Amino acid sequence: MVQLDQVSFGYSKHKKLFENLTLHLEAGHIYGLLGKNGAGKSSLLRNIVGLLYPLDGRIRVAEREPAKREPAFLQDVFFIPEEIYLPSVTIEQYLKMLAPFYPKFDEQQFRWDIAELDIPQKNKLTGMSFGQKKKFLIAFALATNTKVLIMDEPTNGLDIPSKSQFRRLVSKALDKERLILISTHQVRDLDNLIDAIIILEDSKILLQHNLDVVTERLCFGTLNNVEFDSRVLYSEPSLRGYKAVFENSEQEESRVDLEQLFNAVMENPARIQKIFSY
Amino acid sequence: MEFKDKQAIYLQIADYICEQILLNKWPPGERIPSVRDLAATLEVNPNTVMRTYDFLQNKEIIFNKRGIGYYGDESAHEKIMGYRKERFLEAELPDVFRTLYLLNISVEEFNARYIKFISETFPVTT
Repeated sequence: MVQLDQVSFGYSKHKKLFENLTLHLEAGHIYGLLGKNGAGKSSLLRNIVGLLYPLDGRIRVAEREPAKREPAFLQDVFFIPEEIYLPSVTIEQYLKMLAPFYPKFDEQQFRWDIAELDIPQKNKLTGMSFGQKKKFLIAFALATNTKVLIMDEPTNGLDIPSKSQFRRLVSKALDKERLILISTHQVRDLDNLIDAIIILEDSKILLQHNLDVVTERLCFGTLNNVEFDSRVLYSEPSLRGYKAVFENSEQEESRVDLEQLFNAVMENPARIQKIFSY
Repeated sequence: MEFKDKQAIYLQIADYICEQILLNKWPPGERIPSVRDLAATLEVNPNTVMRTYDFLQNKEIIFNKRGIGYYGDESAHEKIMGYRKERFLEAELPDVFRTLYLLNISVEEFNARYIKFISETFPVTT
């Protein structure tokens, strides 16, 4: 559904943000994109939706080239940037203006979702709080039923109950034909929601796997001692010994801790690559 | 649903479903929630719930009627007991043994406590 082959991008020719990046993403999954500040997550997302153009390489999204911005491409892709700007109109006016661009737009679903998200229906969009605006756009995005849905830090600014509603709505929105890609620093907000992970760092993809594969190869748990244990990739002291990420040599079933996985990848990129290379 | 830290999520969801069946909230032989509905309720990825359903199907605790949905097996209770017993003996009991050993608690003391616990918690009502 989303294919990047040998893609290079930078805001100037001399300083590339990423080089020879290859990434293949499939429909039917919710991908989480993680990376440190400035790693290039937002730029990568903007390349995928055709808001920025690669310097080199090829990008295909839903069988089209994003940079061409063909209507057939645009009606099947929705992107929510981190900072959003909405026009000074009511929900009804916005719907009338923009929903027709999305042939699969489901108005009933939209109305249901904004009710669920407690969005005031009479206000102008500009009169809403930041969190309400964001929730409005998330509801609109989900209702467009585009094949590709990309969200940059969607849970920023959402209150506690909204985060829970967000997970419920996104879980409901996933189907076999749809690809959802979410970049975030708030990994706990996405816990259990994403089923595949992409870690971007230092102009490279350090890890891109389904979480099933991650738990096959790595184990997340508590160890009494980590000093002489060569399996350990990352550890931090905890009340009961050490919370650790270690090679899963005994086929143990464990639960991925995204924060620890991220730290393990940052500390041991070479070993991670080796573990996931076969 | 509150998930525990350590265990794989799909297995925790399996435990949840087994509990609903054992408590007769989802009686054996009747339809259980769809993958999508349960995923939304638990706020988890539907692929994870699918994995749970595959797992429980393999254990013959639930089964799939094509095009209709998933159902609890008629003899789900016995199968769940079997599966839970196996898991307890393999995964949880060793932890109990480790603690007994660490604290130097004898098997006799353990046994006495066990008998007392059973008689107090589940008194025979004949």
